[in-house]
Amino acid sequence: MKSLWGKIPEQIPRLSVLLVILVVLFIVVRSRLVPPDFGKYGHYRASAVDEIISQEIRYAGHEVCAECHDDVVGAKKAGYHKNVACEVCHGPAVAHTEDPGSVELRAPRARRYCPLCHEYRPSRPTGFPQIVSNSHNPMKPCITCHDPHDPKPPVTPKECHACHGAIARTKSLSHHVYVPCTRCHETPDEHKVRPRIVVASKPKTREFCGECHAKDAPSEKSIPRVDLATHGERYVCWQCHYPHLPEAR
Amino acid sequence: MMESLKDKSKNSVARRNFIKKLTFFCTSLLIPSFVNSREKSEKAKKWVLTNGYSPAEHYWGMGVAINKCIGCGRCVDACKRENNVPREPFFFKTWVERYRIFKDSETIVDSPNGAINGFEYPRVEKKAIIRSFFVPKLCNQCNNPPCVQVCPVGATFKAEDGVVLVDSNYCIGCGYCIQACPYGARYLHPVTQTADKCTFCYHRITNKMIPACVEVCPTQARIFGEIKKKASPLVRFMRMNKIGILKPSLNTEPKVYYANLDMEVK
Repeated sequence: MKSLWGKIPEQIPRLSVLLVILVVLFIVVRSRLVPPDFGKYGHYRASAVDEIISQEIRYAGHEVCAECHDDVVGAKKAGYHKNVACEVCHGPAVAHTEDPGSVELRAPRARRYCPLCHEYRPSRPTGFPQIVSNSHNPMKPCITCHDPHDPKPPVTPKECHACHGAIARTKSLSHHVYVPCTRCHETPDEHKVRPRIVVASKPKTREFCGECHAKDAPSEKSIPRVDLATHGERYVCWQCHYPHLPEAR
Repeated sequence: MMESLKDKSKNSVARRNFIKKLTFFCTSLLIPSFVNSREKSEKAKKWVLTNGYSPAEHYWGMGVAINKCIGCGRCVDACKRENNVPREPFFFKTWVERYRIFKDSETIVDSPNGAINGFEYPRVEKKAIIRSFFVPKLCNQCNNPPCVQVCPVGATFKAEDGVVLVDSNYCIGCGYCIQACPYGARYLHPVTQTADKCTFCYHRITNKMIPACVEVCPTQARIFGEIKKKASPLVRFMRMNKIGILKPSLNTEPKVYYANLDMEVK
């Protein structure tokens, strides 16, 4: 009877030695190559997080400015730019807060800066104040008329189209061109000063349009008439007809 | 004949025993790794960074109100300044897209230079537009991030507070994660040749500040905050708005929430 050792084929012990060497080599190489803190909390280097948070901070945040510039910050608080952080226009401020004497911040005075936000762009939400800079006092820097810390129109606008330009241009092409805005919208004088807080009214009922367009309305004969009782009775007029360009299809 | 049958049955019992023991043995091999991973997550809960911030106590997200974005590109500019992103085009941690949806339902999406200088418009649009709006984009900080799954070396990972980070000293620049990101939020940094992306300004939020893009947004189109705490501007934002996420079918579970998301936005 052969011993157990003798029963094992010759190639097995030889290959096992090779296998053990390979395994040891793998363990040694792996322990050398993998950083010691890899896998401490998960499948990553734990010290990487500390490296990432050591990145330099450049934007100081809106609270810091008031410590020295409380007058400007105070003026800004009451105006339309109250939610626009100082660093939007003046740039990253950490360097300036650390050494106010030698690091000065930029103050964009050129005319091309303000239109970044306020140029008329059809994709912008309605109601956001916009201008067409080509026709809005060309060549004049914005800051000659508007204080950027408390921006408001330098003079109270007299005409609606000063702010509602897109609507005014549309209406000028329509049959409603000679209908004054105030025929349909009640505009308190306060609206011109505080447009967001005191808003102009809008017509609410079908009968309002009927004052001109109903069958028996006491208006000029050339105005198109509809029978309010049968014409689209489940809708209000402006669901189908855009009042500023009623002939549009 | 009988003998051989007996042998067979004997053999089969031995084989069954062998398989049983093998299964027990293999399962017992898994115990250390199971215990280890539980231990790790316990340890991670107590983890405090060098600046005193403990990641496990937070869970960050961002809200974007599409109807408030004016496409001024101040967020893109601030992001590049704060994070030292190369100024030339094609390298963005955040960018703003313009959507123009025409009446024939053709949709044009563009983002010239990431909108860092705003947008130019044709004097006359060649077709009538039915809807148009801006969509700020950034890394969605997925809860189930495909970029982390594909990283061959463990250089990108989800931190305890849910933010997906890149270890630029460990990244080998293979670009797998850039391919894997369904939102195109990653780029290869031209100088370091490593993957880079939005980190929610991790160096700021761990120091009780908000990300630079949120800081400078003039219309508050971006809201940043905790997802799981009650006193959080983001939770209020999610309560007050109809919320959508990008590519929900991919199950990446993004943590950037869009209010008033149009169906054309992908």
